[in-house]
Parts: sequence; structure tokens; C-alpha cells
Amino acid sequence: MRQKLWSWLWVVLGALYFVVPLYATADFSLRAQKGVLSLRAYENVFKDPKFAESFLFSLQMAVLTILVSLILIVPTAYWVQLRLPKLRRVMEFLTLFPFVVPAVVLAFGLIRIYSRPQLGGLLPPLLNTPALLVASYMVLALPYVYRATDTGLRAIDVHTLTEAAQSLGAGWATILFRVIFPNLRVALLSGAFLTFATVMGEFTLASLLVKPAFGPYMQLLASSKVYEPSAIAVISFSLTWACIGIIQLVGRRSPGQAQLAATK
Amino acid sequence: MAFLELTHIRKEFGGANKAVAVRDFNLQVQKGEFVSFLGTSGCGKTTTLRMIAGFETPTQGTITINGKDVTSVPPNKRNVGMVFQSYALFPHMSVSDNIAFGLKIARQSSSDMKQRVGEMLQLIGLEQMGSRYPHQLSGGQQQRVALARAIAIRPQVLLLDEPLSALDAKIRVSLREEIRAIQKRLNITTIYVTHDQEEALSLSDRVVVMNAGNIEQVGTPFEIYNFPATPFVASFVGTLNQLKATVGDAHTIVFEGQTLQVAEPIAQKPGEVVDIAIRPEMILLTHTGQGNALKARVTEITFLGAVVRVQLKAGQTVFDLDVFNNPNLKLPEVGSEATVSFAPEAVRVMG
Repeated sequence: MRQKLWSWLWVVLGALYFVVPLYATADFSLRAQKGVLSLRAYENVFKDPKFAESFLFSLQMAVLTILVSLILIVPTAYWVQLRLPKLRRVMEFLTLFPFVVPAVVLAFGLIRIYSRPQLGGLLPPLLNTPALLVASYMVLALPYVYRATDTGLRAIDVHTLTEAAQSLGAGWATILFRVIFPNLRVALLSGAFLTFATVMGEFTLASLLVKPAFGPYMQLLASSKVYEPSAIAVISFSLTWACIGIIQLVGRRSPGQAQLAATK
Repeated sequence: MAFLELTHIRKEFGGANKAVAVRDFNLQVQKGEFVSFLGTSGCGKTTTLRMIAGFETPTQGTITINGKDVTSVPPNKRNVGMVFQSYALFPHMSVSDNIAFGLKIARQSSSDMKQRVGEMLQLIGLEQMGSRYPHQLSGGQQQRVALARAIAIRPQVLLLDEPLSALDAKIRVSLREEIRAIQKRLNITTIYVTHDQEEALSLSDRVVVMNAGNIEQVGTPFEIYNFPATPFVASFVGTLNQLKATVGDAHTIVFEGQTLQVAEPIAQKPGEVVDIAIRPEMILLTHTGQGNALKARVTEITFLGAVVRVQLKAGQTVFDLDVFNNPNLKLPEVGSEATVSFAPEAVRVMG
């Protein structure tokens, strides 16, 4: 009985640590109008054209990042799992880099590369295209997408399923798209939503590369307004929670995969 | 020319510790034949099967299916159906979709596919389960779906890799009979890998007994059991009493001081020690007056269901005797002396 009491105590303390600042922020955001609890701050935010602009821009970036990441990373993870098990360690190490390398270094490195013609002269410098930001975000998303995919792959018997499909006449493309991808649905979705949340909130790269993204917009507001930043913070949190919620919801349909999704 | 031919197949796994998994494997399988590869784990039977399927490439040798050399053909172009021990059903697809998978890849029309899937479902007796998902089926049902999926594409050769190992005993027996019935009906050339002798002996037209990468013997179940070619086959297939005796003359041996008649002529010289083998079921509890009589003491009696195994000791040697269970059976008491008998033909001199 005593044990239970202590456990609950720690849970409550931990919860308070997170909840109190959130509560304070939310409360503050509702006090835009003197003396009354109102949604004035939120109204101002939503009315601001720059809000919609930056939100949509980041949304586009997020979607592009997710698509290109999936197409690039999933087959790689599959191939490593299937044929190159020794490279697993290497991949895991590589996917830790985005956490280690500072965003500034990343940004400048990418600017350097992208200011030169790409693919040996086939493409012009991609410096001023969305490609630069998407490429940067892909690096940031790499750990999430790779690990999500890897865990998803480990949950299914990749070898035997591949061989079964091959014995029935399937080529690699068919195997990937008809057998592997569908079974990774939950893992991929969770990776996608984490990427989404990351990209939407990303500030450093977007501001260093001078792009009209959501992150810099939030920062701009924070330095010029009083109540609106709190409102934005609440909106931003809600967005992230919605993403996680959706992951849980989708994961519930396939019982085993919910655990996988949650561990991201 | 045989339908499926494996010629001088050798498989080595490279690297620091080079392992030879299969040595000089030669086999010719006729169309519609059911051949089992029987052996313990690591004997090379699964590796050979995978080479036929195309998942492994032989280090040396050739594989021919219906006259065509398929040794370097990728697995998805061989039209070979495979059934795995773990069923390997696609979890995100329904039973019907699983069965139709190979047909979809072959781009058959949807009416053709529907008909074929219907045929297959009927064949395996799961007509109502088309829209169920694999996780909603029992192990036996899943394996039947896996079989239907492999057969749906009308494969040239059907390969089964220990398909029943993951199922419980009763299902194993009924399902293996089903598999054999379907195979016979459709006349598909089949290779069946197993470590279970009962499966191999009851299902096959021929059995290939393998040991450490080598073929020990190829023959019908009757031949393998009754005329084992090597000591390994003799001891691996069925139970066997392996005894040591001294040669008396061309038709006599002395075992634990008792003289016994042997039907087949003995090549060894008198006085030499030979290995002899007798099947437990060939030894009788009663002395009929004919054949050999052996005095021994009963040391243990084990009830195995349909069979009762009596363990006896003659001198220093322990051996088994199998007798069919019968409620009216009068079994000797443990510790008592008994005289057992067997025909001279029952003694096999191994060398």
C-alpha cells in the first residue's frame, strides 16, 4: 500500500512539472482582454495573414519531407534488414548524427553544397528552391523515420515474406509496395507524424536559411507581441499532441503495432 | 529425362569458416512424384530445397526443371510454389487476396482469378473463409491457405519446407493426408523436407535420407525401412536394435553366448566381431519353436499407446522388443526371465 502511495506521488510530481508551465501558458494566452478570459489572442493570431502563409509553407515542406524520406529511407532500411545485416550498426550510428551535429553546421554545409550545380551539371544550383529546406529537414527526420521503419520491419518476418512473394513471381517493386509497405503502415505513419511535428516547429534551419516557415514566424511574434506568443505555443502543442494522438489511434487497430508506434 | 534433375549439386558457405552444406547431390524426380528429404537439422535438406526454389545458388552443379536449366534463374521466374514452416501469409491481406497474389502478379483477368481462388478455397475446404484475415485463422487453416496460395499459380514443382512442424500432432496427421491427397489429385511434382520419419514414410513415393550434406539412400519408404543401405539409415529410420556378435560361420553368429541363425550369408570370417541389427517389431515374445530363440531378462516395459516396448537384457546387452498393444496381452513381469524369438531373416548384418 505504501508502495502505491509513493508511486502516485512521483506520478503527480512529474505531471505537475509538465502541466504547471503549460497551464500557465494557456492561462496567459486567454488574458489578452483586460480582466476577462477571452480568445482575443487566438483571434489575432488566426486573423494574421502571415500565420496562414507560414503555416501553409511549413505544411508543404513537411509533406515533401515525409514523401521523399519514405521513398528514400524505407527501401534502404528494408535492404539493410534483408541483405546487409552487418550494416545495421552503421545505420544506427548514422541516424544519431542529426542529434549531434549543430543545426548551424548543418545549414552552412548544405548551403555550400546546394550552391553548386547538382548531379554533375544536370541541375542548376538548388539554393533558392524548396529542395534545400526539404533536404535539411530530411536529415533531421532521418532518425525518426529510419528507426520507425527498422522497428516495423523487425516486427514482421521480412525474410520469409520476401521469399514467399518471390516464389509467387513478385519483383522487388511489387514486394516493396504490395508486401512490405502495407505491413509497415503504422510504423511509417508514426515516423511521418513525428517528422511532421518536427518540421512544423523547426526554427533554426528555417531562420538561418531565411525561409518563411512557421518556426521563424512564431519567433517573430514572440519578440513583438505579448499574448499572441502564448496562444501560438498552445496551438503548437496542440498540433503535436494531435499528431501523437493520431498515431495512437491508428496503432490501436493493429494491436502489436501500437506498442511499436508508441516507442518512437 | 526426369522432370526435375539435380546434378552434382554442391553448396559451400564461404567466409572464414567454410562450411560444406551439400556434397555431390544427385537426384532425378519424375513428374508427379512426391519425394521427401529426410534427415536431422543441419543435414542439408533445407539448403537443397532452397536451391531448387532459387533462394540459394549452388556452388557447383545444375538444376533442371522440365528440360530447362534453372540454376541461375532468379526465384521469381521459376514458377515454383513454396510452402514455409512459418506459413508466411501476408498479414495485411485476406485469405482470398493471399491466394490471388501470385495470379495478380501474373496479370490474370479478375474473372479468371476469382474462379481460381474459388477452386482453391474448395480444394482446401475453406470456402467460407475467403474474407478472413490470417490472424483470425488457426495454424492448420493458415497452412492450408499457404498451400492453396502456392498451388494457385500452377507451379511446375511444389516445395514444402517442414510445413507441419509448427502444428500439433493431430492436425499434423490429418493435414499431411490432405496435402498428399491434393498433390495426387493435381499430379504436381513435390519435394517435401522433414525431420519426421513418419511423415516421410507415410507420404512419399520415394525418400531421400540425408546426413551431413550427403545422400545416404534414395528409395521407396518400404526399401528404406526394410533394407537400409547404410548404418545411418538403419539407425535413423525407425527404431533399431544394434548389437555386436561374433561370426560363427556363414549363417551363424554368437550373441552373448547364444547361437543364432542368420538367413543372409555373412561375408566376414568366423571369429570376427560384426554389427548386427534387428527391428524391435521382428522379435516375438513367444517362442514358436521355429527360428531363433534368445533367453533374456525383462528389464523394463513401456506403454507407448498402440505399441508396448519391452526392454530386455541378454548378458551385457540391452535390446528392445515391440509388440502391439492388446488388452488381453499377457506381458512378462519386470525382472523375470523370458525367451524371445525371431526369424533368421530378421537379422541384418551391418558390417
